[in-house]
Amino acid sequence: MNGPGKMGLYLGLLVAALVIPQIPVLQPYLIQFAFLWVMILFAMTWDIMGGQMGYNSFGNIVFFGVGMYATAVVQRDLYFTVEEYAEVAGGEQAALTVAEYLTGLGLGMATGAVLAVLIAAVLGSGILGLRGHYFAICTLGLGIAAGELASGWDYIGAGSGLVTPLLPDELGERGPFFYYVFLVLAVITFTVLKRLYAGQFGLAINAIRDDEDKAEALGLHATRYKTVAWCVSGFFLALTGGVFGNLVIFIDPTDVAFAGPTFGVWMVLMAILGGKGTLWGPVIGATVFHVTQEFFWTYLFGWQRVALGLLIVVVVVFFPLGIVGWLRERWPQRFGEVVDEEARRVQVSLEGER
Amino acid sequence: MSAILEVENVTKTFGGVVANDSISLSVPEGSIIGLIGPNGSGKTTLFNSIVGYHPIDGGSIRFQGKELSHLRTPEIARLGLLRTFQQTRIFGRMNCVQNMQISLPHVHDNFATMLRKFSPEISERAEGLLDFVGLYAKRYLRAEDLSFGQQKLLEFAMALMNRPIALLLDEPTAGINPTLINGLIDRLKRANADFGITLFVIEHNMRVIMNLAQHIYCLAHGELLADGAPEDVQSDQRVIDAYLGAH
Amino acid sequence: MGNLEILLQAPIFSVQLLIDGLLVGSIFALAAYGMALLWGVMNIINISQGDYVILGGYVTLTLYNAGIHPLFGVPVAAVVLFFVGWAIYRMVIFRVVDRDLFISILATFGISILLQQLMDQIFGADIQSAESGLGTLFLFDNQVTVGQIKLVAFAVVVVVGVALVLFFKKSRMGQAIRATAQNARAARLMGINTDRVYAMTFAMNAAICGAAGALVVMTWVIQPFIGLAYTIRSFMIVVVAGLGNIAGVVAAALGLGAAEQFAAFLLGAEFQIGFVFGLLVVILLLRNMVLKRQRQVLK
Repeated sequence: MNGPGKMGLYLGLLVAALVIPQIPVLQPYLIQFAFLWVMILFAMTWDIMGGQMGYNSFGNIVFFGVGMYATAVVQRDLYFTVEEYAEVAGGEQAALTVAEYLTGLGLGMATGAVLAVLIAAVLGSGILGLRGHYFAICTLGLGIAAGELASGWDYIGAGSGLVTPLLPDELGERGPFFYYVFLVLAVITFTVLKRLYAGQFGLAINAIRDDEDKAEALGLHATRYKTVAWCVSGFFLALTGGVFGNLVIFIDPTDVAFAGPTFGVWMVLMAILGGKGTLWGPVIGATVFHVTQEFFWTYLFGWQRVALGLLIVVVVVFFPLGIVGWLRERWPQRFGEVVDEEARRVQVSLEGER
Repeated sequence: MSAILEVENVTKTFGGVVANDSISLSVPEGSIIGLIGPNGSGKTTLFNSIVGYHPIDGGSIRFQGKELSHLRTPEIARLGLLRTFQQTRIFGRMNCVQNMQISLPHVHDNFATMLRKFSPEISERAEGLLDFVGLYAKRYLRAEDLSFGQQKLLEFAMALMNRPIALLLDEPTAGINPTLINGLIDRLKRANADFGITLFVIEHNMRVIMNLAQHIYCLAHGELLADGAPEDVQSDQRVIDAYLGAH
Repeated sequence: MGNLEILLQAPIFSVQLLIDGLLVGSIFALAAYGMALLWGVMNIINISQGDYVILGGYVTLTLYNAGIHPLFGVPVAAVVLFFVGWAIYRMVIFRVVDRDLFISILATFGISILLQQLMDQIFGADIQSAESGLGTLFLFDNQVTVGQIKLVAFAVVVVVGVALVLFFKKSRMGQAIRATAQNARAARLMGINTDRVYAMTFAMNAAICGAAGALVVMTWVIQPFIGLAYTIRSFMIVVVAGLGNIAGVVAAALGLGAAEQFAAFLLGAEFQIGFVFGLLVVILLLRNMVLKRQRQVLK
C-alpha cells in the first residue's frame, strides 16, 4: 500500500472508532467495545515479547494487576483513610468530584506504570539474561504468585477484593467514558509501538528472535534490549489495568487483577491468532477473538476454558503464522518482499569478474 | 607491522579431548592470515576461544594489546573483533536491508540509540555493501529465502557493516558456487585493502587460501604443525602428511 | 518467622521436616526424571508435565471412590497415562517435535490449560486425596511421625527408578531411545524409527508422571490447577542436575523436597508455592552467574 492510502486507512479507522459511540444502535454495547480495546491492548503488549522478540511471557498479567491495584489504592488513599473507605462501603457512596476522580485516576495510573516498569526492570535484568525457554518457565508462576500475595495482603483488601470509586455523574455514562479512555490508550500504545518497531529497537528485538547468538556476536546489548522490551510491555499493561479496575468497579485478586487463566491466556492466544510479530496481527487477532467470544462463548456452557486450551493447541500447531503471517506467506510481494528486477538487470554479476 | 591479535599458549580441552594444545600465533595489523588443517584439527575451536564462545583452559589472547580471555562475545565484538560462522547465521525473518541495519556497530549504543531510525546514509551504506557482495537486487527479500551461498555473502556484508578492525572468517567459500569463488576472493581482498580490515581466515579450499593469504598457519590434532608463506606451507612434508592422514 | 524459635528449641522438629521432605522429594524425582527424558530425547520442555501428575492422581482417586485400594492406582494410572501420552503425541506433539522450542512450549502450554480445565470440569475444583488406610510410624519417643504410606511411596519410587535404569540399559527400545537422544539423524540412518521412539518416550514420561500422581494423591492432596507447581519443580530439578544425570536428579529432588518442607514450616504453608517460584528464579540467576564467568549462557 502506498503512503497516502495508508494514511487514509489509519484516518478512516480512527474516525470510525470515534463515531461508534454516537450511533444509537451501538450505544448499549459501548462497554463491550471498551473491552475490545482492552483485548487489543492485551494482545499488542504481549506481542512485544512473544511475537517481535520470540520470548514467551506467561506472566504479563502481573503488570495488569499491579497497575490495577496501584491505581485503586492511590484513588482511595488520596481522599480517604482505609477505615473510612471501608465504612462508606468502598466506592459505593464515596462521591468524588470530577477533579478528585481524575486526579486520583491519573496519579494512580502513573504510580502503577512506574511500579510495573520497576518490576520488569528488576526481574528482567535477572531472568532475561537467560534464553527464552528459561524466561518462559520463570514467568509461568509469576501471575499465580502475585495472585496469592494479593489475596493475603490486608492493605489492598486481601481475598475480599477492593472496590474502586464510582465515576462521577458529571463525566457522563460509564460506557462512553471508558470507551474513549481505552480508545485513547490503545491508539497511543499502537502509535508508540509502531514507532519503536520502525527503528533500531524493532530490528534489535527481531534479531534476538531470529538468532540471539548471532546478534550477540555482532555486539548487540541483548539483555538490555530484552529488559526494555519487557518494561514497555509492562508500562502499557499497567495503564490498561489502572483504568480496567475503574471500569469493573470491583477488583478480585485472582479473577480480575491477576486473572491468569482468562486474560493471561487470552493475550497469548489473541496475538498468535492474529499473527505474532506483526504490527496489525495482535489487533486483528484480538478483534476476531473478542467478537467470536461475544457471539459463541455462551453456547459452550462452562466448557469455554476447555475450548480455550484446545484453541491454543490448534492455533499453535496448525496455524502458527496467524492471520497476518499467513497473508504474508501467501502474498509476500504485497508486504514488500520483492526482487528488484531493474537492479538485477543492471547489476554486474559476480561471475562476470575475474 | 605490529601484531593486532596475539594468541599465546592457548589450550582448550573438552572432557579429555585436547582440542587446542598450547597454540601460539599472531596476526599482524592489516594482513590476511590463513588457518588450515584437516577436519577436527581444532581450527573452529581456536576461533571460538578467540571470540569468547567458551572459556579457555590456559594461555592468553590479546587484541590490540587488550586481554580477551575473560571477556564475553558481545564485549569482544564491540572492541572490533568479529567472526562469521561456519554454519552461516543470519536473521532469517528479516529482509537483507534490515539484516544490514542491525549490524551497525553497537559500541556507542545507549538508551537513546534504541529509538534511532536509520538515516538515508546508513541505508545507502547498507545497500552499497549489498551491492558489493552482489545482493542488491534481492535486498527486500527475507534472508531465509536466499540460497545458502547468498546467505554466506549476506553474512559477510553484515560483518563489513559492523566496521570491524579484524574479521575472523570461518570457511567463507564453503558451499559457494565455484563460479562465484573468484569474485568472493576479490571481495575479501578488497575488504582488506580498501576498508583496512585485518582478515584471519579458516579455509579448506587450498586454491583459495593460497591466493588470499600472506601467511598461513596449519593445525593438526590440536597442535600448531607449521607456518610460513603459502608456497612453503604447501610444500611442507608434515602438512601434506597431515592432510593425507599419516600420523 | 516465629517458627524458627520452635525449630531451634526443639531440633527434633527438624528431623520430622527432613524426613517428610525427603519422602516427598522422592516423588518429585519421578516427575523430574520424566522431564529430563523428554528434554534430552525430544528437545521439548513440557509445560504440561505437572498436569499428567495430577491426572494420574485423579485416575487413582476414581479407583479409590469405586472402592479399590489406591495402591492399585500406581500401575493403573501409569497404564492409563501411557495411553493418554501416546494419544497426545500422535495428535499434537509429533507435529512440533522438530520445530523450535518456542512452538513446543506454546503447544504444551495449550495442552496444560486444556488438561487443567478438563479436570476442573470433570472432577471439580476441590482439594481431594485418597486415604490409604495404612498406619503411622512413631519414632524418637513418638516425637516424629511418619505416615507408612509415605514409606511405601518411597519404595515404589525406588522400584520404578530401578526398572527405568534397567529398561534403558538392557532393552532394545531403551537403547534406541538413548541413541536417538544422542543424534536423532544418525539414529534414523541406522534404521531406528525415531517417530516410534518419540512416541514411546512421550508416553513413558506420561506414565512415570501418572505413577507419581498416584503417590501424590495418597500422601498429599491434588487439585486441578496445582499441576503447574510440579512442572516448575521438575524444571528446577533438571536445571540443577543437568540432563542425563540420574543421580543428580535424585539428589536435587530430595534437596528440593526438604527445602520446601522447611520453608513451609518457617514461612507458613500458604507461601509454599510462592517459595517454589522464588527458588526457581534464584537458582536460574545463580546458574547464569556461574556460567557467565565461564563466558557461557544457559542454553
